[in-house]
Amino acid sequence: MITPVQVAVQITVQIVLVVAGAPLLTGMMRQVRARLEGRAGAGVLQPWRDLRKLARKEPITPQGTGWVFRLAPLVAAATVLVVAAVVPLTGTTSPLAGVGDLFAVVALLALGSVALALGGLDTGTAFGGMGASREMTVLALVEPTILMSIFALSVRVGSTNLGAIVTRTAEDPLDVVSPVSLFAAAALAIVTIAETGRIPMDNPATHLELTMIHEAMVLEYAGPDLALIEWASAARLGVLLGLLASLFAPWGIAGVGAGLAAVALAALILVIKVAVLGALLAAGEVFMAKLRLFRVPELLAGSFLMALLAVSASFFLG
Amino acid sequence: MSLVGWLFAAALALCALAAIGGLVWPRSWVAGAGTVAAGLAAATAGVASVVGSRWSAWLPDVLPLAGVRLSIDPLAGLFMAVTGGVSVCVAVYGIGYARTPGHRLDSRGVQAAVPLFVGAMVLVPAAASVSTLLLAWELMALTSLLLVLAEHRRRAEVGRAGLWYAVMTHLGFAAILAGLALFAAGAAGESFDQLRAAELPPGLRNAVFVVTLAGFTSKAGIVPLHVWLPRAHPEAPSHVSALMSAAMVNMGCYGIVRVGLDLLGGGPAWWWLVVLAAGALSALYGILQAVVTSDLKRLLAYSTTENMGLVLVGVGAAGFFAASRAPALAGLALTAALLHVVNHAGFKTLLFLAAGSVLRATGARDLDALGGLRARMPHTTVLFAIGALCASALPPGNAFVSEWLLLQSLIRVSPLSGVAGAVTMPLAVAVIALSAGLAVATFVKAFGVGFLARPRGVGAERATESPPSMLAGMGLAAVACLALAVVPALALPAVGSAAAVAFPQTPPGLVSGAVTLALAGVRGVLSPLLIAGSLVVALVAVLGTVRLLAARRARRVARLWDCGAGPMSARMEYTATSFAEPLQRVFDDVLAPETDVDVTPARESAYLVERVAFHARVPDRVERRLYAPLLAAVDGVGRSVRGLANGSVHRYLAYGFYALIGMLVVLAVLR
Repeated sequence: MITPVQVAVQITVQIVLVVAGAPLLTGMMRQVRARLEGRAGAGVLQPWRDLRKLARKEPITPQGTGWVFRLAPLVAAATVLVVAAVVPLTGTTSPLAGVGDLFAVVALLALGSVALALGGLDTGTAFGGMGASREMTVLALVEPTILMSIFALSVRVGSTNLGAIVTRTAEDPLDVVSPVSLFAAAALAIVTIAETGRIPMDNPATHLELTMIHEAMVLEYAGPDLALIEWASAARLGVLLGLLASLFAPWGIAGVGAGLAAVALAALILVIKVAVLGALLAAGEVFMAKLRLFRVPELLAGSFLMALLAVSASFFLG
Repeated sequence: MSLVGWLFAAALALCALAAIGGLVWPRSWVAGAGTVAAGLAAATAGVASVVGSRWSAWLPDVLPLAGVRLSIDPLAGLFMAVTGGVSVCVAVYGIGYARTPGHRLDSRGVQAAVPLFVGAMVLVPAAASVSTLLLAWELMALTSLLLVLAEHRRRAEVGRAGLWYAVMTHLGFAAILAGLALFAAGAAGESFDQLRAAELPPGLRNAVFVVTLAGFTSKAGIVPLHVWLPRAHPEAPSHVSALMSAAMVNMGCYGIVRVGLDLLGGGPAWWWLVVLAAGALSALYGILQAVVTSDLKRLLAYSTTENMGLVLVGVGAAGFFAASRAPALAGLALTAALLHVVNHAGFKTLLFLAAGSVLRATGARDLDALGGLRARMPHTTVLFAIGALCASALPPGNAFVSEWLLLQSLIRVSPLSGVAGAVTMPLAVAVIALSAGLAVATFVKAFGVGFLARPRGVGAERATESPPSMLAGMGLAAVACLALAVVPALALPAVGSAAAVAFPQTPPGLVSGAVTLALAGVRGVLSPLLIAGSLVVALVAVLGTVRLLAARRARRVARLWDCGAGPMSARMEYTATSFAEPLQRVFDDVLAPETDVDVTPARESAYLVERVAFHARVPDRVERRLYAPLLAAVDGVGRSVRGLANGSVHRYLAYGFYALIGMLVVLAVLR
């Protein structure tokens, strides 16, 4: 049986990992890219230095913006925090298992995007509106893929409970190479790229407003607000990669009623897995260019097809 | 007479009193207060009947030949409670709204028609015989038609919208009449008890179901019978739109559940796959039209089509599961569908009322002319934001809970239940997912473009906040939405017992738990209260951390980034049309938008352009492809047979004579 102390420990570990680790993940990914492109890179700690610098700057309110603009970064960060506490990253029993399942996690992340989109619209600039419009387009098209993948994963278990899905995969490692898992993993990987605004959907390092999605939306933010947004998008990437790792490679994850040592070990393994995934993603980005905005739906349709195949496989291959 | 009976009678009597009051003394608070009291009585009656006290009555002397049969069971009670709740919010709002200068909504006719409309909607679910149901249904159609036409002197479009509504609603009525008459003839009796007990041949049962389904879906605004909705809702006064969209369309779903699941006692799987397919089509088509339209009330009307589609997906899935012998799943799907009816009523009331406030303050429904209302109408903005959050099915909104339940019931389909289920349910999940995603985009557009940033038109610039009674009406709806969102356990027992009317064999306690919703037999749980709570805790934590870490607190106002080109004007803002453009492009093949570029060259040279005009519109494709040819054909037939009626009395007498002879010949041959 899971005790309140364990719950508290696990939540703390997960939140600390996400809060502290997310900027490091971004830094690591930039470093990998830099090295592959033949640059020296700014170091893994650079995102943390950026955040510190931004936090010390004066908060700015652009003319004509209001409470929606001010609230948006807070909501975006808060949703990621809640998701970090809900998903099973270090143990199979997600610490707040009673709060919600995979649907709730997806919806909470969407709430964060919506908050930022409204923040972008509140500025009344063309860039803000453009970013918000594109972000919402991608979000709307991503949703079917996510839910179909959840469907495929839940058929085996008979539940959308994250802990149950992860436990099942951890107990039966061969499941990972089943067609269901492979298709669902591919679909969810594309979705993760779209949700976190990485190449080929969006370029987080772009400086050309017309091609931006996420960056156009948050163009007016500065100082501590921008720090929050930067942190939130890094944490979003970290949480989603962690979730992918837990769903499709749950080795080393702490089981029910595991001790502190097991949780610590699981945290270490999680860090390694997320680092490997992040490095792979960054390495992949080096060899790819950003897609034209109107080619993105084709890629998402492809991912939807894979999710549909995953569901069919889960039904007909048992 | 039980408590339910007294409350129900009180509700009807109060409606009548309010109508008379409105006729005699056309002050908006007279009819408003009466309608509030009637709504409260109806809501209490509904809740009391859901809790367990049933009531039925036969009044043989009220109507000649058939008499009036009434019966209130939990299913009827649920719909009555929803109608009552919506009416209370709308009536409170209407007190202030009717005084809008220039709208003439405080006229005797409008003041009397609103309580009559409410009374008719309370009567529909209570009807327990075919004739009573049809009578109440027609009363509901007529009173709502009067209200749709309330502003016909001010705008010509109102008349056209009224015509569409009248024709569609009466075609639907004719279908229901035909279907139920067939049913009653086959059952040799017209009370619902006799219909329930009747043993009909399968062919007749199919005919009854299909014909009544057509009638009921036309009321629910299901594609392809939805065409009246995006016309009538925008043109009706906003509080009437709220009543129609949040309470009246529900009656279509009520009819399908009552006739299909209760009276006919379920049927073959294909019935329910048809319902499911119609629902899925409406959900997608409705939200696709909503996302590209820039008229705020039209957007809300299409969103109603979407949500009724989702409800029908649930109802269809319930019937399908029942036909494939999975009673627990059937109960779960119907519970989800009915909960969505309740939730939709809550947020759609709020949104239509808020749209009415915007219309009253700015005179504009076009999102491209709105904006900047956040500073000018702060309360309405917050209220609309709550409604938009609920409508976009994101936590912590109420639609999230019912869509979650619906998805849970759909993904639990067993692979053993046959190919039909294994193919349909994943597609249904995909449709719900896509419509949920598009709903998010729709309501971000509606709120972000309509209320935030700077005003795009003169009307929006001059907007002022609504009077207290209107805010109170919206506030009530918002409180109901939030309560349903955070503690769905308030409504779930009621919804569960309503679903049990259709599926008496359902095991009880399918969805349990006060804080955390647990589903029977599975590990799927959701706790809306804890989600909302942890979001608040996380917000406070983030805010505290930022306050602690940020070195400087004072915020400085700075110019927006304008690329160094000087201050930006409101014309440079993104509009609703431009916001939806990427989605319009993605769904180009489905929406078939029309663009028209008109270049006028200067007189001196063809190469110098004097003026470029650009028009873009997204017509309703179903209307264009299905109704336009149909109407043209009817028109053509009418024109071509004009020669038959040339005004000669002799000719008409001859027609009558030949018709009589022909009839006699037919009878002689057949008998």
